[in-house]
Order: sequence, then C-alpha cells, then structure tokens
Amino acid sequence: MTGAGAAGLRTGRVVVVGASLAGLRAAEALRDEGFTGDLTLIGEEPHAPYDRPPLSKAVLTGRLACDHIELPRIRDIGARWLLGTPATGLDVPGRRVELADGRQLAYDRLVIATGTRARRWPVEAGGGLAGVHVLRAREDAERLRGALAAGPRRVLVVGGGFTGGEVASACRELGLPVTVTQRSAAPLAGALGGVIGRAAADWYREAGVDLRLNTTVEALEGDSAGRLRRAVLSDGTAMPVEVAVIATGAVANTEWLAGSGLAADHRGVVSRGDCRAVADCGSTAEDIYVAGDVARWPHLLFPGQLLRLDHWDNALAQARTAAHNLTRDPGERRDHRPLPAFWSQQFGRYLKSVGVPAVADQVAVTQGALDQRRFVAAYGLKGRLVGVVAVDSPRVLDGYAALIEARAPFPPRLGATDGPDRLDPVDADFPGRDAAGVPQQDIHPPSAPAPAQTAHR
Amino acid sequence: MTPSTTTPATDLFAQVLRQDRRADPYPCYAQLRRDPVVRMDDGTWLVSGYREIRQLLHDPRSSADRRDPQNKAPQAARSLLMQDPPLHDQLRRVVTEEFVPRVMGMRDHLGDLVSGLLDAHISDRPGRLDVVADLAYPLPVTVICELLGVPREDEALFGSIARRLTRGLDPVDTQTEEELRELDQARNELIQYLEGLITERRAEPGSDLLSGLMFHQDPDDVMGPIQLRVTLGLLLIAGHETTVNLIANGTLALLRNPDALARLRADPDLATPLVEEVLRYDPPVQMSGRSALADIDLGGTTIPEGSRIRLLLAAGNRDATRFEDPDRFVPDRRDNAHLGFGGGIHYCIGATLARAEAQIALTALARRLRSPRLVADPPPYRENAILRGPEKLLVAFDGLAPDGR
Repeated sequence: MTGAGAAGLRTGRVVVVGASLAGLRAAEALRDEGFTGDLTLIGEEPHAPYDRPPLSKAVLTGRLACDHIELPRIRDIGARWLLGTPATGLDVPGRRVELADGRQLAYDRLVIATGTRARRWPVEAGGGLAGVHVLRAREDAERLRGALAAGPRRVLVVGGGFTGGEVASACRELGLPVTVTQRSAAPLAGALGGVIGRAAADWYREAGVDLRLNTTVEALEGDSAGRLRRAVLSDGTAMPVEVAVIATGAVANTEWLAGSGLAADHRGVVSRGDCRAVADCGSTAEDIYVAGDVARWPHLLFPGQLLRLDHWDNALAQARTAAHNLTRDPGERRDHRPLPAFWSQQFGRYLKSVGVPAVADQVAVTQGALDQRRFVAAYGLKGRLVGVVAVDSPRVLDGYAALIEARAPFPPRLGATDGPDRLDPVDADFPGRDAAGVPQQDIHPPSAPAPAQTAHR
Repeated sequence: MTPSTTTPATDLFAQVLRQDRRADPYPCYAQLRRDPVVRMDDGTWLVSGYREIRQLLHDPRSSADRRDPQNKAPQAARSLLMQDPPLHDQLRRVVTEEFVPRVMGMRDHLGDLVSGLLDAHISDRPGRLDVVADLAYPLPVTVICELLGVPREDEALFGSIARRLTRGLDPVDTQTEEELRELDQARNELIQYLEGLITERRAEPGSDLLSGLMFHQDPDDVMGPIQLRVTLGLLLIAGHETTVNLIANGTLALLRNPDALARLRADPDLATPLVEEVLRYDPPVQMSGRSALADIDLGGTTIPEGSRIRLLLAAGNRDATRFEDPDRFVPDRRDNAHLGFGGGIHYCIGATLARAEAQIALTALARRLRSPRLVADPPPYRENAILRGPEKLLVAFDGLAPDGR
C-alpha cells in the first residue's frame, strides 16, 4: 500500500477504531481530504457519536436529555459502522483488527481513537455497590441523573478535579447536600495548581459544598442488598451516603493493543507530532495514526514531556491532522501542535484555559484578583508564559494565546488596567512535584471534561 | 525630507478618509494590508490584518481609552465603549442585564415594523424606494426609541442630533472648524435633551430600558447620573447610525449580486449567513481604536507602549490569509468569523438585535420587490468614514407586493 502515490493514498481500506468525537471527525476529514476508499468505524458503545461535555452539566440537572446530544454530522462519510462491537486486539504485521465478536477486520491504514474511560472504584473497596457511579458515557449520565432526581440525602463526590467540580455544582443546583473529597490541599490542584485551587475552594464552600481536603475515601460500604450506605473517610469520619460519584481521573482505552507492539499503556498511545503511532522499540509504526484523548504526543511549545489532553478541541484538531497526514505523501504531512484550550462551568462560574497550566512552575494573577468574581491568572515555566486561566472573563484569552504561541516571557508585561500594579509571581503549587518543581511523571491536565466554546454553538 | 513626503501608509489612510473614496475604500485597504501593522507619520498605528486585529481586540495590553486628543470628556464621563476594565465590565454588566432581556422575543414585532414600512409603498406598477429613508433608517430608530422609551414625536429631533454627532467620530483633521463648532453644539443639544428625558422618567418610571438602567439594582453603583446620560446617548446613537448601514449595505450587496437576491427570495433561511457576510464584506463600522498599555510585538514589529492604534476592521474582513476569495460576496460563506461586530470585551452589545433587524428587512425586500435595481451605482455616500454607508439608496422596481407572510 505505501508508496503507491497520491492516488494510492486516497484509496484502499481505512479502519477507524473509536466512534466518538475524534473517530467521527477523522472519518469526515478523510473524505474532505479526498479519501475515496473503504471506510469502517468501530465503536464500543452502541450509540451514534454524541457530545460528552453536557453529560456533566445540563444532563445531570435535567435541562438536556441524552437524545439531544448526538454530534452533528459535518458531511456524509459513506462509512460502514460497527457500533457496539469493541475492538479486542490488533495484529500490526497482519494489518488486522480483532473484534469482540470474533470477527477480524483487515485494513491498509488505521486510526486509533479509542479515547479514555473513567477510572473505577476497586470492587474490594465497594466499587460494585448500587449507588456508586462514574461519569463518562451517556448511560452513566442517565443513571446518575436518575439517582440525583430521586433526591438522595447526600451525594459523595470522590475527586475535586473538573468532573468532580461539575458534578458537585449540578448537585447543589438540584439542592442536594454534597460532600467532595480531594486527596490534595485544593480542588483543581492537579490541573491549575494550589494557588488557583484555593480560590476555587471558596466557590465550593460558598455554594454549600462540604469540601474535605487532604482527604481520601477508605471504603464504600453497602447494606445486605448491595446498596451503598456509608463512606469511610481517611479523616476518620463515616458518613451516610446513597450516591457516590467516582471522579478520580481517566484511564486510556488501550487494553486491546496489548501485545500489538505499539507503545501503549494506561496513559495512552505514544505518537509522533504527525500523529503516527510509535512502536515499543521506538520506531514509527507506518500507517497507524492516533487521535483524541488516547494520544500522547510531543508538543514543541511544551518540550520535555508527552501531552495527553482530554480536550474537545484537541480531539477535533488531532483528528483532522491525522486524516490529512494519512492521505498525504510524507513531504506534505504536518505536525499537530494546537494551543490546548478547554473550559468548565461550575458553581455559576465559567473557567476557560489556554496553553497548559499544569506544566508551570509559577503563577501570577494578571487581571482582577483571586477573591473577586473574575480574574485571569498566567502560568510560567522557567520564565516563559505557558498557560492562562480566565474565570468569568473569557474574552481576553485570544490575546494571551498569541503570547503563549510567541513564547512570551513570564511574568508577561501587560499593563492591564484591571491588573495589579506589580505582578507577583508565586510558586504555582502543583501537587506531586519534587522539591525542584519537576513533575514525578508525565503531565496531562487531569480529566478536564470540557470542550472549547465551539461545542455549544 | 520635504513636507510633501509621506509614507505610503499615511497616504493610503488619508485616501480612505477622502469622500471620493467612500463608495469603495477596499482597494486602499488591500494596499494597506501589505503591511498589516504599520506606523503613520503622526505616530498612530494602523492594523489591517485579520489576525493582528483579532489579537488586539482580545489583548489585555490594549486599552479602549483611545488617548484621543479630540476627546475632552473626563474619564468618568466616557461611555463604556471607551472604558477599560474594571469599570467597563461593571457598566457592561448593567447594560447587558437591562438590554438583552428586552430584545429577546422581538422578531415578530420587527416583522410587523418592516411590513408597515414597506406597506406604505405597495404598488403593482413600477416605482421607486429610497431604502435608506424608507426602511433602513426608520426601522432601527423606531426600535431603539421604543426600547429606551423615547417618545415617538422626538425621533426627528433626536435623529438630527445623532447625524451631526456621528460625523464627529471621524478623525479630527478631516473636519472643518465649522464642523467642529457644529459638533459641540450637537453635543450640548444632546445633553439637554437627554437630561430632560431622564428628569421626566425619574418622576414617572416605566418598563422601558431607560427606567431599567436608572433603577438598576447595581452592587457596584456605577450608573450615576452622568454615566446614565452617557450610556443613554451611546445606545441611541448606536441604534441610529449603525444598523441603518447594515441594512443599506446588505441591500446594495443583494442588488449587485442578483444570484444572492434570487436565493434569498427562495430560501429565507439564507438570511442568517447572508447578514454575516454583509458584516464581513461591507461592515457598517469600518474601524475601531485602541491604545497600547505595554509594548506589543505584532506582525513582525513592536507597537510601543502609549501608542494610539486604529483597527481597520473592514480591512481585516478582506484578509485573504483568513477568508477564501475575500473580495467575493458569498451569501452562505462557511466559517465566517468576521470582525463586523468587533470582538473581545467590547463586542457589540446590540449584535443580536442588529442581526435580527437586518435579516428581517433584507428578507422582506427580497420577497416583496419585483425586479429591483439600483438607480445609481454607486449610490451617494454619507461623509462618515467610520460609520460608513449610503446617504440614499434609490431602488427602482416593477412592483412592490403586499406582505405574503
């Protein structure tokens, strides 16, 4: 197949494994790029591709039903859809995908877009009890919606990241008492650091959330019917709960790649800047492309680590780049190097971020103030601007985005009229760094569920 | 250097401002865009590239306080258009909270107003219409006056003040002494008029926007008596002098592109992307201003702190690095993130209303006029270079049908 010239690149058999946002958009982009061959989409879930961000927001409060979240189709893709059929194996030399129903599907080129799933609570600690929820698929959201609508006496949210915050926010909107446990000293600390996290803690508390910091859940306990009844926390309290939502991050869906020879584990599939997969041995796997939440790849603006982004925008852009490169000669391929962006809504506030705050060592408030409703904070790494988060003031972000792209110095000299007289950079206080501020492992903004604004236009 | 030596940018911008270029400033913009960020001889910077303008609209280093020698108003007496955060944000919140709910659900009423205006000209014989005087001007004026609670009988008086004041937005060196005196007088008339209106409404509040602004429960307490008058003046002028050009420019584009006109007649849904294209192709507000709060590296050069900056929105809208085939009017253009309403924290508050007015007015013209054509092409233009549009837009037709809605 390879080396067949431009015509050959646009024919043949392409299999896309994963039929959510990245998979669908990759398929559409392939047709946009002139691919006329056989196209197959494999999806583990039985549903047509749908939009996930509303699941932790409008779906939980009942404002939006799950039958209204199907993703709009940009174009007709003329594809074969194999939905409800998870892929279970990959034979790279034989160019075949194995399916759960025993079928084998031959391909000439492959797109891996299997995404991530919510990390589950261990069964031995109560993970199998009725009333213990995760939030990733629409069934999860529908089940949780039902549980919240039944009016539980208290909801426990395990994890104060973006998903946890959005769930807790929805609970308060529904008037439900809610407890959030967070392993570190502030909510959102993994993504935004302790400084901004401590400001976020105030929003939680103002909204009436029982926020337990530096606290983990030791066990979830049920009654004889297997229904959740009690949670035992590391601070020694035992509280009665009927609903618990596990929001402790995401795990990449890569089990099906075990033994394939690709560099894949629970953190994702390693890929190149041009989206091609990397093999265990470090060589590039020809004809296999990776896009969306499952990809871990090097980004020129944030050197020294592999990025994995659970961002709506990123799935879209990476799918397009993968499709472009898949249909082009090597000389015409391009690198996927978007400026990461995501947003979240919680406790009546709108957070939007550009760049990657999670890689930073320092943070400075550049507009507004932390104790005000609106503010903007800039993140620096070794004297360079690498990320920005804006709370209730999204309209300035494009300006900052350009500064990040331009590798502007940190702290940035802005002269903003609503900024402090002098910027005061402080340690961004990310948990899990060693004394020198070096991350102990790969960085990826944990479980940011929210897409860019375009998701809801 | 001789006194007549000017840099191309200075010269090109002077041409943009000249009345004889008013009908088509776009070739000048195209030449200016070769240097998307450029300094003029007077030290003002011109920005004409799409991406560069967009960045400045969203940049915390750009201030809406124009540092404009023309503007003698004290800081507190400037409208939110020329205010920076945090005061800007507080003012905008008050205006948004009062304005937006009042324009929701207005489409049926707008349809009735458009019908009424065109019904006056129903004819099964050939005739003529001045789209500016007969539709594009009275529609938004009636709407903003109704919203604010300005009595209908005051519209004529107010309209004349607004017209005179709009000219004052243009660069000062293009105006004569007499025009500047006239401007001061118009300003005084406006202040007197608005204060009278405010006094009346304070005594007898209604459900209108003016009463809403006056009695807004505002934790920041920013809407004092002077700011109330200034905000009221801004809304009235914006309501008088911008949408008129959107509707007129849209009509002009339709009559110059008969295919688009035929498509709109057959498919009213086309009105939505079509109005966006008018906002890109021939925007009612051609330029905006900012100043630099810090040095800004942009387009390969540095705009020094303290500089005044002109953002040529209409030029950015024709930037070929952002819009495919930018000089073509494409009524269903995709991915049309134009600069017609500005952007960033000063994005047009009235955008939704202006869109609805233009969509409804243009659709009604397309459906009701039989064989419309321009009497003069180009039509005569008003003097204003910033809020730019035709003075008159005479359209000849074979018939004007009753409303078949």
